Amino acid sequence: MLTCREMTELMTDYLEGRLTFGDRLRFQLHLGTCRHCRAYLKQMRHGIQTLGRLPDQPIPKELEAELLRRFRSWKKSS
Amino acid sequence: MGEETTPTAPADADEARLVERLVAGEEHAFAALVSKLGPGMLRLASSLLRDRGAAEEVVQETWVAALEGLASFERRSSLKTWLFRILVNRAKTRRARDARTVSLPSMDEPPEEDAPAVDPARFGADGHWSAPPVAWPGNTPERLVLLAESRAAISEALALLPERQRSVVVLRDVEGWSSEEVRAALDLTEANQRVLLHRGRSRMRAALEAYLSGAR
Repeated sequence: MLTCREMTELMTDYLEGRLTFGDRLRFQLHLGTCRHCRAYLKQMRHGIQTLGRLPDQPIPKELEAELLRRFRSWKKSS
Repeated sequence: MGEETTPTAPADADEARLVERLVAGEEHAFAALVSKLGPGMLRLASSLLRDRGAAEEVVQETWVAALEGLASFERRSSLKTWLFRILVNRAKTRRARDARTVSLPSMDEPPEEDAPAVDPARFGADGHWSAPPVAWPGNTPERLVLLAESRAAISEALALLPERQRSVVVLRDVEGWSSEEVRAALDLTEANQRVLLHRGRSRMRAALEAYLSGAR
């Protein structure tokens, strides 16, 4: 049986689908009986989803304008 | 590490069309690519350089270098991966240059702490939780990114990650890239990518936990 401490080190491999068949089975078996590790896994997912929802910051207008200037001079010289 | 880089996934059809139009000199295509890829480039550059002004300069240099090298762009990789590889190289050069005046660690092989995912003090001698995680009811991801205070806490936690962990977490979880794309852009092996992701994600979870439990 995996310990909770071992479980926390396997979380990413589990989420990435990189556990071997046997480890995946052991991982799921532990999850099924340990609500703390279920809570931990949920928090890992929670963190990932939160990062994925951070709003995009558009690039500054001046940078965009400068890039367009660069594009035009590239076009002229090519 | 370089020779382990595998070909990246084929560019999506939308992007392929934009690239055609870009090569043909269409300004709209360029503007569309800048607004599509620019924010992510700036985010990664900022995470590599910390200095916002330097990050913007590197983004600009990257696009100029890309335009100049467009003829040599082989479409085996996606434009995105190609651009980000240029960006990472430029950022490294910039760091090396700035490091001569400001003291900065080298980017190539910074010592990454091999810290455990969770403080060992939270487990008993048998390896089971003695201080288990507590659920975060009500604090949905939607809510966390909506509130300026929690958004700031998340940005701060990201900024505190060791550099390579931060780059991987930014690209994978903030930008939503696949592991293959991240490996290609950052020139990482599959195993290293996963270890960095694991360390970075574990630290982010711990930071969120500390923030939500009001410990800070």
